[in-house]
Amino acid sequence: MGEPSATEPEQGGAGAAAGEPVIATRGLTKRYRGGQLAVDGLDLTVPAGSVFGFLGPNGSGKTTTIRMLMGLIEPTSGTARVLGQPMPKATRAVLPHVGALIEGPALYGFLSGRDNLIRYDSADPAADPRTRRARVAAALDRVGLTAAAGKKAKAYSLGMKQRLGLAAALLRPRRLLVLDEPTNGLDPQGMREIRTLVRELASDGTTVFLSSHLLDEIEQVCTHAAVMARGRLITQGPVAELAAGARGRLVVTTPDPAEAARVLKEQGVADLAVTDDRVTGEPPDRDLAEVNAALVTAGVRVRGFTVERASLEDAFVALTGEGFDVAG
Amino acid sequence: MSRADVAEQVRPVSPLWTFGLLRNELTTTFRRWRTLALLAVLAGVPILVGIAVKIETGDGSSPGGGGGGGPAFISQITNNGLFLVFTALAATLPFFLPMAVGVVAGDAIAGEANAGTLRYLLVAPAGRSRLLLTKYVTVVLFCLAATLVVAVSALTVGALLFPLGDLTTISGTRISFAEGLGRALLIALAVAASLIGVAALGLFVSTLTNSGIAAMATTVGLLITVQILDQIPQLHALQPYFFSHYWLSFADLMREPVYWDELAKNLGLQALYAAVFGSAAWARFTAKDITA
Repeated sequence: MGEPSATEPEQGGAGAAAGEPVIATRGLTKRYRGGQLAVDGLDLTVPAGSVFGFLGPNGSGKTTTIRMLMGLIEPTSGTARVLGQPMPKATRAVLPHVGALIEGPALYGFLSGRDNLIRYDSADPAADPRTRRARVAAALDRVGLTAAAGKKAKAYSLGMKQRLGLAAALLRPRRLLVLDEPTNGLDPQGMREIRTLVRELASDGTTVFLSSHLLDEIEQVCTHAAVMARGRLITQGPVAELAAGARGRLVVTTPDPAEAARVLKEQGVADLAVTDDRVTGEPPDRDLAEVNAALVTAGVRVRGFTVERASLEDAFVALTGEGFDVAG
Repeated sequence: MSRADVAEQVRPVSPLWTFGLLRNELTTTFRRWRTLALLAVLAGVPILVGIAVKIETGDGSSPGGGGGGGPAFISQITNNGLFLVFTALAATLPFFLPMAVGVVAGDAIAGEANAGTLRYLLVAPAGRSRLLLTKYVTVVLFCLAATLVVAVSALTVGALLFPLGDLTTISGTRISFAEGLGRALLIALAVAASLIGVAALGLFVSTLTNSGIAAMATTVGLLITVQILDQIPQLHALQPYFFSHYWLSFADLMREPVYWDELAKNLGLQALYAAVFGSAAWARFTAKDITA
């Protein structure tokens, strides 16, 4: 009976339509008993309808943040609101609208894939037991596990377990999906399927909160992103803006690299690097047409002259001043 | 405004649906290979006792060398197979039954945490109090199932190996076989109720750790420790508070009239343990950071 309201999250959710963020945290902080500060004053805003990439090295506080959002961990201070309601206080009202895959799938090995989903669905007091079998079958179908549904979960491969975990998040129509490293353990074909699935869900109006360490994955599917390092939020915003924040690199392809490098240096190009017939450097502030003209005037045979757009990875390195390594 | 939004979208929850989790928990528990193995061991005890008594009395002598040693009622089995039920319960109550309950109770929360399934149950959202209550009810039902397995196995073996008929109570009066069966059922219920305290203790231990094995070992360790302490005369001031102290009171159900004093003390003590450790488990589990 309540089914229609749940299948129309956007129409039903005036809060989302009014532009209220799906996730909003203020000064969210978690200090573990050992004194370790895992998350430090996080102000995170996830707009409704976005595919939000949550980036950061291992140990940067992503998982602790996700656990606080899901009401599994009590914040030391600060507030977290999910779907407009405070967490962890409103778990019972909020979580039926949220599908989650947290730190990999966890399954009952002695139960079949189907029975695992039935168990998770019966744990949800808002899920209608009369439609349970049909919803479980639909979720299995959506992740391509129908053929393996009767197999015991302990016989599943890592990729199949990951799919089953995803199916559990898709048992009911959700307003928010929290997917922690959803493509872990999947082969390239499986990764592509998950990306397609995420795009599909997003086009249905579901907000997707996606944590990943694969930058190109975030770049391919996400509209917005946030970057964490050492428990702090470094930046957040639309992916295009984040990538634009990092400057691209000037690339000159020429059979005369030595001469080209000399001219480019005169023209104010910094951080020059020469590899075979490619000379790269940070573009100067002046008009690049003048730089090109100077090269030609000096007799450098220019085969290519471009500015390579910065990737999210460049943006990340620029922001954190470090590679994508484990934080100490 | 948004608060009303979300509240509106959560369909009115049928109070009966909350039992969906309990039903699923029961089928999940009783489909576990480990649970079935524990029940098989429990079913095996009466078979062993029955066969041992049959062999020992094959030459016409009475078991236990004239009624001296062995568990209660063992000397009467050859006259009436129904006594195997009482003997088997008396033999399994000190260790086998509470150990099985300790394993299931200790694993209840810690095992889910260990497997990582706990976080998914909680974000489903099962609700912490609801999940804990479901787990406790399941463990208590396991106490009942385990006791009934021993009783039914004993009754079957007793009927196969020995004659059945009217029986004599401890007080010396004769009761009919039908009434004897009724007493046997009452005794099974009393034995199952005796395990409620261990169940609550095990559940509390289970909320303290993320390792199912550690929780099971701790619970069974406590069980053995308490049983040993209950044998030390210097501790007699404390002993009435040990959960195992009145366990053998179930034999009083075989008196005519039934002697209720210690039975009532046992039930009261079990209820006290359930209240104290149930509350402790609730306080711990509802405030715990789930990091597993």
